[in-house]
Amino acid sequence: MTQVMLAVGTKKGLFLGWSYDRDSWEWEGPHHSMAAVAAVAIDTRRSPVRLMAGGRNEHWGPAVFTSDDRGRSWAEEPGGSIAFPADAGADVEQIWQLQPGPESRPDEVWAGVEPSALFRSEDGGRTFELVRALWDHPHRPDWQPGAGGQCLHTVLPHPTDPERVMVAMSTGGVYVTEDAGATWNPSNGGVRIPFLPDQEAEYGQCVHKVVRDCEDPDLLMLQNHGGVYRSADGGKSWQEAHEGLPAIFGFGLTRTPGPEGAFFIFPLSADMSRFPVDGRAGIYRSVDGGRAWSDSSTGLPESGFHTIVLRDALTTDAADPAGIYLGTRSGEVWGSSDGGTSWNQLVSHLPDVLCVRAAVLS
Amino acid sequence: MTVRVTLELPSVLADVAGGRRTLAVEMDRPDPTVADLLDLVAGVHPHLVRRLRTESGQLRRHVNVYADGADVRGADGTATVLGQNAVVLVLPSVAGG
Repeated sequence: MTQVMLAVGTKKGLFLGWSYDRDSWEWEGPHHSMAAVAAVAIDTRRSPVRLMAGGRNEHWGPAVFTSDDRGRSWAEEPGGSIAFPADAGADVEQIWQLQPGPESRPDEVWAGVEPSALFRSEDGGRTFELVRALWDHPHRPDWQPGAGGQCLHTVLPHPTDPERVMVAMSTGGVYVTEDAGATWNPSNGGVRIPFLPDQEAEYGQCVHKVVRDCEDPDLLMLQNHGGVYRSADGGKSWQEAHEGLPAIFGFGLTRTPGPEGAFFIFPLSADMSRFPVDGRAGIYRSVDGGRAWSDSSTGLPESGFHTIVLRDALTTDAADPAGIYLGTRSGEVWGSSDGGTSWNQLVSHLPDVLCVRAAVLS
Repeated sequence: MTVRVTLELPSVLADVAGGRRTLAVEMDRPDPTVADLLDLVAGVHPHLVRRLRTESGQLRRHVNVYADGADVRGADGTATVLGQNAVVLVLPSVAGG
């Protein structure tokens, strides 16, 4: 019998949800109480499945925790999992992303942190080492913090070519390596920078999230700080992909797996009005790679919804049909078990939801 | 010369200090500092010290350390020298919501 696990990182700890039918859920937590868990990963490449949580306690700083028994116990490296080397002159403020590598590298895990930097683990996420070439990049002095901090929040390993990895940061934009991290190049062609005089600069974009298509690794969707874009060439060029959306600002973006999968996005009104459009919890689906979007919000609140979905709080599982999950800053998690056709509230009254991940476990 | 120092911790940190709130530390060096104390304690309780200071050696923003009642930030920070039988008190500051 399969079981679906939801890992919900909140401002005050990690909550775990379990369900056999994706209808009724059992919840436990908080794990890592009082830590803002902004990154969580469920690594299904290994057996037993490994849970990873990256959090920051306001007093005691950031840490990565791992669990190989589905959250019953957690391990923390004595000296810490992620730290800048002494000569970097920086301290890790928060862990924004924990991303398992491709299937061919079962011990590889990537971490994006604040201040913007990328770390790589070769032991399944227990210890990480700074990716020097990106840290030493000549553009780095120009990267500036967004409202959430200067963070590298997205890591997209290529599923079949482990030499290729894409990262995204706020601000700074998208960077790509094609030689396993030895060199990095900006990959923002066509993505506008609405807050700078030179709106077509090579880098400096405030990219909020990038998602890779599960079937075509060169197809990517990008939520920018003002604009939704698609790329069909692995990020070499980007084109606007707004058709059917009520607004072009937002954070949450995901893609369901499988040939019939779709992209899902949760728009917000605007930079200066960070609310759902018209107080409605509107989520939009694209089945054609972002050429057009259609409303997919049946069951979500139609009015009075003034909370938001953060960049990693919209996710999917790998069941058939796919489950889609969104968490809100008001502590709710909503789910769809029919590919986004209808939605139900799974839990409420949690602290602010920062990230959500889901996995099907046997 | 051996300098004896007592490190007092809030109860919330006892789990990462072997279950204790008070650690007696002996330092065999002249004019030991708060940083020396933390270096020594890190060898036994690395989880504890990582919660008190960053990887670059700075006290965490919301961690206050008092040496014989005086906030070390008002003295020489982690370079504050500790005298014989000094009491070093760690307290979390008011933070969060």
